[in-house]
Amino acid sequence: MIKSCLASAVLLAAMAAPASAAGISDGKIKIGILNDQSGVYADFGGKWSVEAAKMAVEDFGGKVQGAPIEVINADHQNKPDIASNIARQWYDTEQVDAIMELTTSSVALAVQDISKEKKKIDIVVGAATTDLTGKQCSPYGFHWAYDTHSQAVGTGGALVEQGGDSWYFITVDYAFGYSLEEQTAKYVKAHGGKVLGEVRYPLGATDYSSFLLQAQSSGAKIIGLANAGLDTSNSIKQAAEFGIVQGGQRLAALLFTLSEVHGLGLKAAQGVVLTEGYYWDRDDKSREFADRFFKRTGRMPNMIQAGTYSAVLQYLKAVDKAGTDDAEAVAKELHDMPVNDVFTSNGKVQADGSMVHDMYLYQVKKPEESKRDWDYYTYLATIPGDQAFLKAEESGCPLVSK
Amino acid sequence: MTTIFGIPIQAFLGQLLLGLINGSFYAMLSLGLAVIFGMLRIINFAHGAQYMLGAFVGYLLLVNLGIGYWPALILVPLAVGLFGMMVERLGLSRLYGIDPLYGLLFTFGLAQAVEGIFRYYYGVSGNPYSVPPLLAGGTNLGFMFLPNYRGWVVVASLIVCLGTWLLIEKTRLGSYLRAATENPRLVQAFGVNVPLLLTLTYGLGSALAGLAGILAAPIYQVSPLMGSDIIIVVFAVVVVGGLGSILGAIVTGYMLGLAEGLTKVFYPEASNIVIFVIMAIVLLLRPAGLFGRDA
Repeated sequence: MIKSCLASAVLLAAMAAPASAAGISDGKIKIGILNDQSGVYADFGGKWSVEAAKMAVEDFGGKVQGAPIEVINADHQNKPDIASNIARQWYDTEQVDAIMELTTSSVALAVQDISKEKKKIDIVVGAATTDLTGKQCSPYGFHWAYDTHSQAVGTGGALVEQGGDSWYFITVDYAFGYSLEEQTAKYVKAHGGKVLGEVRYPLGATDYSSFLLQAQSSGAKIIGLANAGLDTSNSIKQAAEFGIVQGGQRLAALLFTLSEVHGLGLKAAQGVVLTEGYYWDRDDKSREFADRFFKRTGRMPNMIQAGTYSAVLQYLKAVDKAGTDDAEAVAKELHDMPVNDVFTSNGKVQADGSMVHDMYLYQVKKPEESKRDWDYYTYLATIPGDQAFLKAEESGCPLVSK
Repeated sequence: MTTIFGIPIQAFLGQLLLGLINGSFYAMLSLGLAVIFGMLRIINFAHGAQYMLGAFVGYLLLVNLGIGYWPALILVPLAVGLFGMMVERLGLSRLYGIDPLYGLLFTFGLAQAVEGIFRYYYGVSGNPYSVPPLLAGGTNLGFMFLPNYRGWVVVASLIVCLGTWLLIEKTRLGSYLRAATENPRLVQAFGVNVPLLLTLTYGLGSALAGLAGILAAPIYQVSPLMGSDIIIVVFAVVVVGGLGSILGAIVTGYMLGLAEGLTKVFYPEASNIVIFVIMAIVLLLRPAGLFGRDA
């Protein structure tokens, strides 16, 4: 009894101590990487994102304003409740200053809410929904690598332009899938196309043949896969089995990255059109980073992993410039500073928290076109940032109108 | 066009066939589980991991030794069966006399460890494994395009299920097995090596899981998660069929595959829970399962 009284007294005292307006609180910067490390999205970002975050810290010199930087990580298992518990614990008892990566839209929305409530920075890299910078935006929340709008405009736009004007969607049944389907459908309709139907399936399904057959019998020219990770890989593999592409229909993988192409193999993935914000073989800067990443992990980074590197680095630059880890001041710097690093050039953060940068349209190579391991993409086009991402005024973010 | 419940009859038939294909995997996996539970009274939570192991052994044979699909069909069940026998000898055999919970925990832990190791080394996106050239392509059945490989899966699973059932119900070895389950001490008194029988049984169950794994490799991504994705469903199948009932496991496997296939047409969002809804209803009405004998 006495012990617990004492403990709470100490706690109270600690809480009552005035937070210094400037300087680094607790003498340490702690960044939490929270993502899926064991489920369907574990290769999408996963422990590789943690490695990228560590590289950013090392490249920054390991210290900011004299304070050491630490990266911690956890697996949220794609469950918003688990993620919320971890986020609260990190903020409340482990002095975490910022949470990043946050693959899976439902998780990212939950953690961004908590961060807003606790006045902490969160930078979402791995999740897709535009709600993060739309109606659920946060003054301390940022969205870094891509979103459902950029994927819809990129992959959806390219296929509509090539005459793919009738669509059928195979959509994963949660926030991300709806968002991706909705954005793409909107784009398709706005450009004179039509949507013939959609089917929604539970996350992590293994057999897609039934959904593929429904899509096939719809007669749509394009089958839009509004899913990600292992789900997309399995859909594409089974579509090949059922002769969907030979039958004249095209597959649009609306969110598909290098990691999944690698897992699927070029034989099954060839010809798929996809949109990424980063490709290792894009330019000298991206190749230099990718080589170092490869030496540590044995694989090339996708846009989530490179994006996590960029987010961590930019956060550290902002802390350094602000001279404090106070969320208000750091958020201001993040909004003001352009992003120039291995991930992108001249990235700009909008008032809604969305980091606007160019996206790239790629097509997966045929096996015989690939000259070396991880040589997977043919470059098709650049989608300028102001087209790829919603303008702040259109985002629906309540922070923008004021 | 003729329709059933508002969908064209062709699409309906197609979906039934797809359900049957998935049912083939459920049947093969639940069969192994039922054999192991029926003879050893062990709830083998490692079954999903053994299925995954089957797919991975096939993949590794191909990548490292260039051994293709057909030899793998023999080699993989042997390898996974041997692994199973080792597990039984070194671990499970020490747990027979005590609370079945220990066996469950042991196999559960084993499954987690095996899955974790593969996840560490191979990630989750999976690895490619192609359909063997002989079965590539498909056949137009009029109402649907059936990939030849999926047709083969249905045939193979029927053969395996029938074979296992005959082995246990109709052969001398099978009669020893069944007798050893009823009264191990008496059977031992007749000079039958009961511990060896149990080891072989667990090996057989594991081999069945491995075979299902290599059959699944060309359809699904060879991923460390493939076992945990399917194992819970398979447990539901075994429970619905009646724990330990071999015929029950087989028939229920196909039936629930069909039920799931139909759900995917009418209300796809529920396709991953329909099996559990059926399980709950069956448990309420017939606690011993459809084919189980009341204990």
